[in-house]
Amino acid sequence: MAFAVFGPASGSPAGSTESAPRRRGTIALVLLLPGLAYLALFFLTPLISLLLTSLQAPVEFGDIGQYQTAFRVENYAKVIEDYWPHFLRAFGYAVAATVLALLIGYPLAYFIGVRLRRAPFLQALALTLVIAPFFISFLLRTLAWKQLMADDTPVVQFLKAVAILPPDGHLTGTAFSVIFGLTYNFIPFMTLPIYTTLERLDLRYLEAGSDLYASPATTFLRVTLPLSLPGIVSGTLLTFIPAAGDYINASSSFLGSASTTMIGNVIESNFIDLLNYPAAAALSVLLMGVILIVVGVYVRRSGTEDLV
Amino acid sequence: MRLSLGRWLLPVYAVLALIFLLVPIAYTFVFSFNDSVKSNIVWVGFTLDNWLDVCSAQGVCEAFGNSLLIGAAATLGATLLGTLVAIALVRYRFRGRSAINLLLFLPMATPEVVLGAGLAAQFLAASVAKGYATIIIAHVLFCLSFVVVTVKARVSSLDPALEEAGRDLYGSPAQVFWRVTFPLLLPGIVAAALLSFALSFDDFIITRFNNGAVETFPVWVYTAAARGVPAEANVIASAVFLLAIAIVIVSQLTTAARRRRLARS
Repeated sequence: MAFAVFGPASGSPAGSTESAPRRRGTIALVLLLPGLAYLALFFLTPLISLLLTSLQAPVEFGDIGQYQTAFRVENYAKVIEDYWPHFLRAFGYAVAATVLALLIGYPLAYFIGVRLRRAPFLQALALTLVIAPFFISFLLRTLAWKQLMADDTPVVQFLKAVAILPPDGHLTGTAFSVIFGLTYNFIPFMTLPIYTTLERLDLRYLEAGSDLYASPATTFLRVTLPLSLPGIVSGTLLTFIPAAGDYINASSSFLGSASTTMIGNVIESNFIDLLNYPAAAALSVLLMGVILIVVGVYVRRSGTEDLV
Repeated sequence: MRLSLGRWLLPVYAVLALIFLLVPIAYTFVFSFNDSVKSNIVWVGFTLDNWLDVCSAQGVCEAFGNSLLIGAAATLGATLLGTLVAIALVRYRFRGRSAINLLLFLPMATPEVVLGAGLAAQFLAASVAKGYATIIIAHVLFCLSFVVVTVKARVSSLDPALEEAGRDLYGSPAQVFWRVTFPLLLPGIVAAALLSFALSFDDFIITRFNNGAVETFPVWVYTAAARGVPAEANVIASAVFLLAIAIVIVSQLTTAARRRRLARS
């Protein structure tokens, strides 16, 4: 299952191949080489390119978009000074969307993986519905929400009538609509890995819990939740990482506005519109660095019992 | 479970969540029939014109064709490279395995915007002109790790005794691979290929950095979004959706049928 990517390594290799003769090492190398060379050339080298670009200086008397090799560490200080609110926004929105997606996705995954177990047809149907959003264009489903939240729609009119929204208020272009869009777009990524762990959950553990006079809540907290933790870890990472780097939901043609731009939007505009490659590269390096640190700490902490 | 409240609360919550997931899909589908002139925001009236004459929106069919072409090429590349890596990782022991696993995990843990900007910076440094080739290179990159994970799961569920039986029956290594291993791996490879195609077809974030003048379907939608997306885009998205759902249903039905046949024998 592709969505269990962040879970524990699946299956150990067969024992009989462990004593395989040495020359099979050559076969392994031949199989691995093309894929690994590809990653070296188009994943690792680009990361080094980003690092080098992030330190470049403008060519003197050059045109816009002309830069030369340099060691301008100030580029980093400059982008942090200019764009720290975008960093905060990106991580704030991503955390909010991850929490909301978990609150929606976990009960859904539990229902499909545990309650629907004795109804295989309904289970397959529900799973198909969970992945259905993958099959409609990401951009169009986000635009659909934009149009559903437009100022003249009944929902917005109602919110204004009951004074939840001020008469001149909007739903689109706000932090609310961006977090809403991020949450919606990543619910399947949250639900599927949790479903894969809950689907394998041995129900006898839950019976044992109630046999030992644990309340349903205690059984859930002490048995079900810890056993589904690997799914929660993969689901939250599969939601948090793409959400933090997203620039569609927060773009002003979609659910955002100038006041909701995230770090992804700034990387995009610096690279593509402003041709300020060093700034875009420095922001990318910082984003990647922060995400690696967050993911590393999170995976390590959740690997122990600290989270439970 | 003892509370009757809990009995219906969860199903209701889950069904509401599923309905929530379907809202934009239904919206896109319904508005593909809208008799709108340019921007497809307000419901005007029902028409089949958008479906009958999809290509009337300028550039949309060309962009769709580009997406199919790029999706096919990226799927082929990623599935080939990824399957080889997956077989090696499961079937052979060698040093440096954990480093390789880390290298495969990292692209999935990297935000797409960083992958896109990194490739674009490299193409810029090497003065490579952006176009079909650079888009395909980028798509193979982000599909590769997903292929490895999907095929790896299949390889590790294979019983090595089957291959041993092939060797015991004096099959050459090539015969064992093509007659035993490959047919058993095929469902995993097909799943990986379908996933790659879906990822490639819908990618915008990475493509945006590396497309040059080539428009894929998502790039076309993004450009159109600034002034209003015509209903023809909804037609294409709805048609792709219906096709994908049909593939999912057919594959689930065949799996169920095979399971029943196995249970009977």
